Amino acid sequence: MMAHASVGLWGLAWRRLRADRVAMASLAVVMAFLLMLVLSASGLIVADWEDEVGVNYAPPGFVGAGPVAAVVAPVAPLALPDNPFDPLADDIRALRTPVLDMYGVADPLADDLAALGASGVAAAGAGKRATLPFGADKWGHDIIKKTIKGGETSIVVGLVAAFIAVGLGTLFGALSGYCGGAVDDFFNWFYSIFTAIPSVLMILAVAAVLQQKGVVTIVLILGLTGWTGPYRLIRAEYIKHKAREYVLAADAIGASHWRRMFAHIFPNVSHVALVQMSILVVGFIKAEVILSFLGFGVPVGVVSWGSMLNEAQNELILGRWWQLTAAAIAMALLVTAFSLFTDALRDALDPKVK
Amino acid sequence: MNNLLEVSNLRIAFRVDRKTTAEAVKGISFVVPRNATVALVGESGSGKSVSSLAVMGLLPPDTTIIDPASSIRFDGREILTMSAAERRAMCGKDVAMIFQEPMSSLNPVFTVGAQIAEVLRLHMNMSKAQARRRTLELLEEVGIPDPANKIDAYPSQMSGGQQQRVMIAMAIACEPKLLIADEPTTALDVTIQKQIMELIADLQKRRAMAVLFITHDLGLVAEIADHVIVMRHGEVREAGTASQVFGQPADPYTKALLHCRPSLDARPWRLPVIADYLAAPDARRHAGGDIAEGQGVKLLHPLERQRGSAPDDQPVLVVRNLSKSFHLRDGWFGKREFKAVKDVSFTLARGKTLGVVGESGSGKTTVGLTLLRLHQASGGSAMFEGRDLIGMSAREFQGYKRRIQIIFQNPYASLNPRFTVGEILLEPMRIHRIGADDRERTAAAYLLLEKVGLPASAFQRYPHEFSGGQRQRIAIARCLTMKPEILVCDESVSALDVSVQAQVLNLLQDLQDEFGLSYIFISHDLSVVKYIADQVMVMHQGAVVELADSDQLYRNPQHAYTRALLSAIPRHG
Repeated sequence: MMAHASVGLWGLAWRRLRADRVAMASLAVVMAFLLMLVLSASGLIVADWEDEVGVNYAPPGFVGAGPVAAVVAPVAPLALPDNPFDPLADDIRALRTPVLDMYGVADPLADDLAALGASGVAAAGAGKRATLPFGADKWGHDIIKKTIKGGETSIVVGLVAAFIAVGLGTLFGALSGYCGGAVDDFFNWFYSIFTAIPSVLMILAVAAVLQQKGVVTIVLILGLTGWTGPYRLIRAEYIKHKAREYVLAADAIGASHWRRMFAHIFPNVSHVALVQMSILVVGFIKAEVILSFLGFGVPVGVVSWGSMLNEAQNELILGRWWQLTAAAIAMALLVTAFSLFTDALRDALDPKVK
Repeated sequence: MNNLLEVSNLRIAFRVDRKTTAEAVKGISFVVPRNATVALVGESGSGKSVSSLAVMGLLPPDTTIIDPASSIRFDGREILTMSAAERRAMCGKDVAMIFQEPMSSLNPVFTVGAQIAEVLRLHMNMSKAQARRRTLELLEEVGIPDPANKIDAYPSQMSGGQQQRVMIAMAIACEPKLLIADEPTTALDVTIQKQIMELIADLQKRRAMAVLFITHDLGLVAEIADHVIVMRHGEVREAGTASQVFGQPADPYTKALLHCRPSLDARPWRLPVIADYLAAPDARRHAGGDIAEGQGVKLLHPLERQRGSAPDDQPVLVVRNLSKSFHLRDGWFGKREFKAVKDVSFTLARGKTLGVVGESGSGKTTVGLTLLRLHQASGGSAMFEGRDLIGMSAREFQGYKRRIQIIFQNPYASLNPRFTVGEILLEPMRIHRIGADDRERTAAAYLLLEKVGLPASAFQRYPHEFSGGQRQRIAIARCLTMKPEILVCDESVSALDVSVQAQVLNLLQDLQDEFGLSYIFISHDLSVVKYIADQVMVMHQGAVVELADSDQLYRNPQHAYTRALLSAIPRHG
């Protein structure tokens, strides 16, 4: 026993985690996303995501420009047989101009477009690519770059909001569980009010108070409404731990209440907070999408997975599925990896094992 | 076929992780004859429970590796190669088991009657009415008072002793040929322990079944066992008839187990420890030639320690009318007062030990916690240097905390698992500003580690890396950092193995000799208290029933309750 180097409980948890292949694989995926986040936030990659490198709605390279381009290209006007008895036939024939749009209807701006084309504006469009590796959006932004950039916002929102929620939940839960009595009653009352209001209403209320759209607002909304779950669990843990002998022993040696709460008990319940945090990160990334849908999402000009999915709603009926797919795949990958990692983390940190 | 159970060459290992395994049982063989009681004795980690669980097939299948050469034959049939269904049919019917903790073995949401009846209906194909009739008979047989009423009681409405009786009733319901009892009395009070032991012995005779009794306490089985098997570290150290093992133990480890436990008749200067016996040949030669083991140890410490109060004792703590009530909620609005401690008065002399004995619920632990103000007292006083520790403000008491300290029962629970031993030792010194800086405190901590017999390398380690005895030493060292004058030992050696218990008791004794500490030694174990205490206070239902010098109390108990306690101590030899 005395031979090997000393490892603490965290060290042991890490060892158990290392032995778990699923945990390691999911951790690798999460780390890859975080690396991507750091690189894009520092401008090392995808700084040029707003360049309009492709034609509008350029399809993914593996689909090819063919079928979609065919839809976009003007089609020949329908050659309707003349009706010899139509009294208006002559007028119709007169109205038919050589410039018709794809539905065979006369384009009143055709002359202007032709003029523009002649002046060279359309030449800029000529340099754009017809296909991109995973397609382009309405403005011709590369979807891959947009997804990476969008991940930056989504992951930051998820992480920061989860941090705030767990921080509040832990502080309230610790005070409530440790002090008991009137303090506990107060926080329980506060908690009951918070959970009695449906969460969407709650979010709308906070949004109405904050009065402005932005990433900070979303983080605050989610953080301020999300503390209830961690609070309940941390409070229960503190109630359990405050009667444990090691806390009594800390009392006996003269440790202050504050010290007992945070130096002694907290490290023993921190696994609960950690697991809660990673569960909330997943939940908040998804919540950001819902908020965007409700119109409380990120402002125009900021891209997130939520805003991408929001845009995709309108594109889908036109058959442009790639933006939806890219955002959904990225989100599903991160959320699944994070959830699997959370599960493994909970198993590894379970102090009952030792 | 005379043997009911034949275990041969049983070898069990556990998978720790993908590469390493830990061998728990290293090729043991033993037999349980029909109609006999066999005791499997060993300390924690000896593999005794693992062996019995293997018989029942209760080991976790995904981490257990049973060597293919192992064999467990029950009634002539090989158990290890049986199918799961065959095995299930056998367990509970032919082989039954009772466990240490009756409270956690019974399902709290079913009545005890329903739980016993379930076994009967499963294995004996009884109808509901038949099963209930039989359950009543069984409850009667295991000595539950008023079985007609208790059959519909829930486990929580019964005392620990009654719960264990229910467990036994369930185990014998299908008339098993073999009853495995795994530490069935360890969680019970000493008077209840005696009753349960008598019940098991009685049932064994009446029903002509075999009993495999597993315990860490060699003394406990002296009265009921026909054969004794002593195990250590997964090996059988000694096996033989009870009279042989207790009369002429051949193995030094068995001798050590017999002598490490303090006995009521002698009070050696130091308790012998296992090392005295196992490190044997050299030590004995030192002691003088060819004297036999056991005797050699006695010769090493020829003096008997004298205990008792003396007229010139200086009182260090004078407790008067200490009481503590808890308010329990009764119904929606009602409150019920429960008096845990009622007007307890005593005087603790400097450098002496006051033993506090009593059964669970007697309030002995509450006395200790109240004195340290870990519980708020309801009344009374505790005078220390002319100041009342109970009456002073919390701020004032902070200064006294370092002078009165406590060592808890469970060294697994009383050390913060996230702190290194170094942090555990430095914390009290930092709080009370003992020592000029951390360098000085660290030096003091290393000295204390040495004092309590731990290596210096312990400083950077975490509590989970240590055994129970070592952890209790860490807890003692933590108290010593503050150089307390009074040390409350709340069941401090009760959770430890017999051999480790002797080491810790010796350590406490050495520290008292060296620093003149005063102890309040709380324990349910009367032999230990007899060994360590100068005065003994007997508590029953929150009140003191007797307070006397220890020799006098054990020789001539005045109160009926004290006599009942003393008569329940298992004796051997």
